[in-house]
Amino acid sequence: MKIGVPKEVHVGEKRVATTPEAAKQLIKLGFEVAIEAGAGSAAHYSDASYVEAGVTVVKNSHEIWTESDIILKVRAPELNKGEIDLLHEKQILITFLWPAQNPELLQKLAEKKVTALAMDSIPRISRAQKMDALSSMANIAGYRAIVEAAQHFGRFFTGQITAAGKIPPAKVMVIGAGVAGLSAIGAAKSMGAIVRAFDTRPEVKEQVESMDAEFLELDFEEEGSGTGGYAKVMSKEFIEAEMALFAEQAKEVDIIITTALIPGKPAPELIKEEMVASMKDGSVIVDLAAEQGGNCKLSQANEVVQAYGVSIIGYTDLPSRLAGQSSQLYATNLRHLLTDMCPEKDGNVIVDFDDEVVRGATVVKDGEITWPPPAPKLSAAPPKSAEKPAEPVKIKEEKPSVAGPFITFGVGALALLGLGSVAPTSFMAHFTVFVLACFVGYMVIWNVKAALHTPLMSVTNAISSIIIIGALLQISSEEKVIVWVAGFAVLITSINIAGGFGVTRRMLEMFRR
Amino acid sequence: MSEGIVTASYIGATILFILALGGLSNQETARRGNLFGMIGMAVALLATMFAVTANLEILIVGMLIGASIGLVLAKRVQMTQMPELVAMLHSFVGLAAVLVGFANFMDPGRLQHFTGVELTIHDVETYLGILIGAITLSGSVIAFGKLSGKIGGNPMLIPGRHWFNLGLLLGSIYFCVVFVEQSAAGGGLNPLLIMTGIALLFGIHMVMAIGGADMPVVVSMLNSYSGWAAAATGFMLNNDLLIVTGALVGSSGAILSYIMCQAMNRKFLAVIAGGFGTTTGGGSSSASAEEQGEVVALQAPEVANLLADSKEIMIIPGYGMAVAQAQHIVNEITKTLRSKKINVRFGIHPVAGRMPGHMNVLLAEAKVPYDIVFEMDEINDDFPDIDVSIVIGANDIVNPSAQTDPDSPIAGMPVMECWKSKTTIVLKRSMATGYAGVQNPLFFKENTRMLFGDARASLDEVFKNL
Repeated sequence: MKIGVPKEVHVGEKRVATTPEAAKQLIKLGFEVAIEAGAGSAAHYSDASYVEAGVTVVKNSHEIWTESDIILKVRAPELNKGEIDLLHEKQILITFLWPAQNPELLQKLAEKKVTALAMDSIPRISRAQKMDALSSMANIAGYRAIVEAAQHFGRFFTGQITAAGKIPPAKVMVIGAGVAGLSAIGAAKSMGAIVRAFDTRPEVKEQVESMDAEFLELDFEEEGSGTGGYAKVMSKEFIEAEMALFAEQAKEVDIIITTALIPGKPAPELIKEEMVASMKDGSVIVDLAAEQGGNCKLSQANEVVQAYGVSIIGYTDLPSRLAGQSSQLYATNLRHLLTDMCPEKDGNVIVDFDDEVVRGATVVKDGEITWPPPAPKLSAAPPKSAEKPAEPVKIKEEKPSVAGPFITFGVGALALLGLGSVAPTSFMAHFTVFVLACFVGYMVIWNVKAALHTPLMSVTNAISSIIIIGALLQISSEEKVIVWVAGFAVLITSINIAGGFGVTRRMLEMFRR
Repeated sequence: MSEGIVTASYIGATILFILALGGLSNQETARRGNLFGMIGMAVALLATMFAVTANLEILIVGMLIGASIGLVLAKRVQMTQMPELVAMLHSFVGLAAVLVGFANFMDPGRLQHFTGVELTIHDVETYLGILIGAITLSGSVIAFGKLSGKIGGNPMLIPGRHWFNLGLLLGSIYFCVVFVEQSAAGGGLNPLLIMTGIALLFGIHMVMAIGGADMPVVVSMLNSYSGWAAAATGFMLNNDLLIVTGALVGSSGAILSYIMCQAMNRKFLAVIAGGFGTTTGGGSSSASAEEQGEVVALQAPEVANLLADSKEIMIIPGYGMAVAQAQHIVNEITKTLRSKKINVRFGIHPVAGRMPGHMNVLLAEAKVPYDIVFEMDEINDDFPDIDVSIVIGANDIVNPSAQTDPDSPIAGMPVMECWKSKTTIVLKRSMATGYAGVQNPLFFKENTRMLFGDARASLDEVFKNL
């Protein structure tokens, strides 16, 4: 089948749906790949590099749309720029579509009798991680958010002591520790800032802390995990407590990155006007939710607003601002999806509704709207209740009782006294030696390294053959039987002595640093 | 030679033996310690030999033959066969104790030396020496058979085995009384022989009932017995050197057994009573044995890539590495990775292998530097920082259900927490369970990859791809 990649027409969109590298892999799968001339130039992929990868470069955008069986795009086809009219029956369109926000577009696609897969509707299950374009883009957006913040922030991120004075490190608060939030944490942390993060889902605490950032906690019990690894709407009391926390933090931090989104809902308003006013002059807010209305009251999509001395950045095209990187990741996500849809590697894709990933992503099939898909079953992180039984097995701790040792010692003492009362002195002398030797052995052996336990066994083996002395004492007997028995005992204990010491020596020689 | 000089030599030998054991506290002093042990033995032998008045030629010939056999054994034995060798040597100590005991009993001077209580005590000592010696002898022979694969490794559980053991114990006590009575009258050989038979049977039965995974406990326990046998012989002969040495060895073996039991979270008595998991296993093992998910298998080249891309690697060897003789290729891989500035370490579980310290010896044989080989307690907290853990032929010691499943037969046993590392690669021949017969959820974890096949062949392949 023929894959066509048209140039993005959205104003300011610099990304491209395939890179030379990804195209090469697609061609290996048996596809033919064509790209509109100049489609990759904004992301710094030249036409020449595509040609080198085996891609046909087509001058005419119209030809791409009409000739291809599969269209790969970044942005959804624009209704008013005629892209949608170029589609024809049986074509497969794979792109970001946002079906919930664009019902009209969905209707149009159905009328055109195409099959459309929305990259934003790929279910968030483990197997589909390699095609999760939302995560790829969120990762880039989070990173870029820090870069943008740094540009508008008048100071260093990292703290320094210089000859010209002390520079305190910047304090960054990240709200929403999803993919974008974590990426922002990582970027800010690596620039040397002090990073704090907040999220309504307690299970991300560990992830935040794993990135060496501080996790802000509310003194409040409520579980914020929804299905599919997203957050859900919280109760009023929770939001009040949350607001109080943000208001307090706003006075302290220099940079706020907000990434709070709830799927299919306008973004929650988390940073109120008075909080902005309370921030230090020169502070920066980057609102990654600006497109969905913004987490900050004052933010405006695609604008940098200056208010109370604070720069509020509402760019919605952050991934596009790192076009080379995001094109590369997006192209790879697309390639993985196509690889899964083309099991025979013969260049033909199958829209298989038994495949949970394909089913989730397909919003229109042969002119029928198939969105929304049946709800995904798995949450990205298992719900808390499932984790509970996994508590570590408690090892029984016996309380040291005072009576225990007393009884032991008492019985021991009585036994000793009993023995002493009947046994002759000579026996008691030997017994003293025996008990003392046991204690010496106890003390000495505990110091032996675990690594040397095998040599310990072989050497104790050798020395326990000291029993040969018994045989030596008997061998001079006049009884022939005793002589031979003792002789045999000497023979086998000698094997033991020589063998034990010999093999210990050999082993110890091997232990080298 | 005077009695005083002999005693002085014995004291010297005792000190040298203690120094020999003390030397084992680290690898540097261990070689010197072994030398002390040899000197101590030589001193003791020389001092005693002056007391030999007749039959010196039998003595010399016996010693020469024995020593040559011993040296050849020590030279030839493969490090993977160490448990077998140790078990065999234990059986010799046991046999010697039995022989010396009988020889002592047959000594006609016995009744003149001792009378009254002294005779009774002496007889009990003789009896105990032979009893412990015989148990050590037959137990070690069975252990040797199990370790060398001549006898099946599965526990042999006869019905009512605890009653059987109890019967044997009561029997030996009864014959002890009979023996002491008859001995005072000049006889007593028959009860002694019957008891020897009982003790031999007891040793056989005891070790037969113990499964392969409990072998480290068995081997150290027999080690302990061989010491107690020597000590009992020492009492019998009124010889302090034997008593001290026997006590040293006995407590050493006892401590080892204790450490091994701790490492498996098993009660010593439960191990001795035999049969792994027979009390709790029935219901839960069938429940946990059901299918737990999919395993992800890898090929050797992918493993090689994974290793080359990591910074911290932990290798967890188990008995499978010994069986496959894979320690040399493990060292080659370790060297290659370390030359690439990858931090490779080894984590050794106390009961990995078939005897205490077995893995350390194998790795040392392959010339793995011992300062990168760590004990479980030293490295178990480091796993979250490890990129790749490689489990080579181990199963139960890396089973997370020991911590998570209170019904598991191995619940509470300390395990290597390798699943906390970013990726775990398990080398295994098949999906069979370990000795405990418990399914291992580790294999089904999301970050676990399996590399099926013989450990040595797989690692050879990995090495080629590095």
